[in-house]
Amino acid sequence: MPELEWRRLKDRLFTAFCICSTALALIPLGSMLYTIFMKGFSVISLSFLTELPAPPGEPGGGFGNAIQGSLIVVGIASAIGIPLGIAAGMYLGEYPNSRLSRAISFTADVLTGVPSIITGIFAYMLVVLRFGGFSALAGGVALATMMLPFIVRTTEEAMKLVPWELREASLALGATRWRTTLQVVLSTARFGIATGILLTIARIAGETAPLLFTAFNNRFWFDGVMQPVATLPVMIYTYAISPFDDWHAQAWGGALVLVTMILLLNMGVRLATGRRWR
Amino acid sequence: MKLRFPPPFLSSRGVRLTGDLVFQAVLAGVAVLSVIGLAVLLLRELVYGSLPAISEFGLGFLTSTEWNPVRGEFGALPFIYGTVVSSLLALAIGVPLSLGIAVYLAEMASPRVRAVLSPVIELLAAIPSVIIGLWGIFVLAPFVREHLAEPLMSYLGFLPLFEGPAYGYSVLTASLVLAIMIIPIISSISREAILAVPRLQLEGALALGATRFEAITGVVLPYARGAIFGAVMLGLGRAIGETMAVTMVIGNSPQLFTSLLHPGYTMAAVIANEFTEATGELYLAALIEIGLVLFAISMVVNVLARAITWRYMRVQGGA
Repeated sequence: MPELEWRRLKDRLFTAFCICSTALALIPLGSMLYTIFMKGFSVISLSFLTELPAPPGEPGGGFGNAIQGSLIVVGIASAIGIPLGIAAGMYLGEYPNSRLSRAISFTADVLTGVPSIITGIFAYMLVVLRFGGFSALAGGVALATMMLPFIVRTTEEAMKLVPWELREASLALGATRWRTTLQVVLSTARFGIATGILLTIARIAGETAPLLFTAFNNRFWFDGVMQPVATLPVMIYTYAISPFDDWHAQAWGGALVLVTMILLLNMGVRLATGRRWR
Repeated sequence: MKLRFPPPFLSSRGVRLTGDLVFQAVLAGVAVLSVIGLAVLLLRELVYGSLPAISEFGLGFLTSTEWNPVRGEFGALPFIYGTVVSSLLALAIGVPLSLGIAVYLAEMASPRVRAVLSPVIELLAAIPSVIIGLWGIFVLAPFVREHLAEPLMSYLGFLPLFEGPAYGYSVLTASLVLAIMIIPIISSISREAILAVPRLQLEGALALGATRFEAITGVVLPYARGAIFGAVMLGLGRAIGETMAVTMVIGNSPQLFTSLLHPGYTMAAVIANEFTEATGELYLAALIEIGLVLFAISMVVNVLARAITWRYMRVQGGA
């Protein structure tokens, strides 16, 4: 029966298409990881991790200040974004049925889609223009803006996973609501919240666009929160688009450091919690 | 049963403690200020920063094609055009592949293969865009220039879309990079949506004699279309706002290209490239206004995406 054969053929072609799509998606990933490892590995050394960048034309030097700066800027972002995000997320998780909560939750969800470069402009207007210059603080504010909606949402989800019966049991024992929230719900949800925080940090640690004109760049070590600071992603970008071959090689070294840090954080969290990748 | 908190009997007996009210008010205050306040402040700063450009150029800013900061000419059309074209092309490449992956992982692969491959594909989403851009400069762009552009020009060169000469840093390369970046998002959400389709639907179609292809395209995908559409919109939002990877491979030339093998420019890329060197109030304001337009477009796409997914989640009863 030709018609049946045609239908079977279409079925086979479809199966082949689906398998090929999956294989095709794995090629760029494999190529990326392979190139980063092959080109980055030969660059990595103790001096690359601990030294200041060499002036153009001179060999050697490292990304030590960029690694330091990234940790500082992400630290500033966390100090701003995490407490605010947890408090807002607690409100959404504990008082979920009001119109206000739904509006806030939806806004946070939409804010997760703000293009990263926009948070850079925002921090530029808010911090750089007002406090006279590029600074680590401005970079931290830009990253905190990216972080906040993710922290809000993961905290909200983690709080909502706590069974309502647990809250009722606490209230039945005579605890007030705020003690119930802080001592019963929050302590039950803390593992989920911590997971969300670490995954958010892994997500923003590699952001470049928000830092280009906030934290800017610096050839020297960190010199206070109101001074420009080098960060790993910006350094990789600067070196990648430079005309020098040895700078390109160092960009791959920086990429290997950054990817290793992010993937270790990511995989460590997911392995520890058995949580799905998302 | 839907549980309400606090249990109704507490509030009905008038048990309302000051401490609880204060606690709720403080949390609500922080939530409103940090989330809604942030959204409002973000919009305010963007509008405020672009005011000089808005009052100088008016609506003509969006339709002018001239971008020559030295002569004080600022038109945003080449960037809007570049963003729209590269994002749509990324969808054209990425959506079929993502659906293929989602169907393979949800319906064809054994649970074991699915458990291994799903996280591997989602690993792509964890790689920072600057590193994807680095790979784009040194691996993908040379590949496009040497192996992809040649056959496209010789077989499809009669179309203006594939007119030579071919550059490595081109709209095509940027769209490929964007496609790679949106595939993990679209495929993972679609995979979950397909897995959530009741098995009876699929089995019913197969029992009626449908092939797997017919059952999937005729029954499973239509059932999951709400979530899939939401996923595609999320991917589009990501592609529109993506900055570094695109900036590094699109060639950064403000023109209304017709050939995809030629360089272009996007809104995010021009901000990333020119912001620090923008001299003069008007230049900076023009860049911020491009940011405002980018923000507006991506917010519309994102609100649509979230509205679709939220509605879908409520209809399907959570997930």
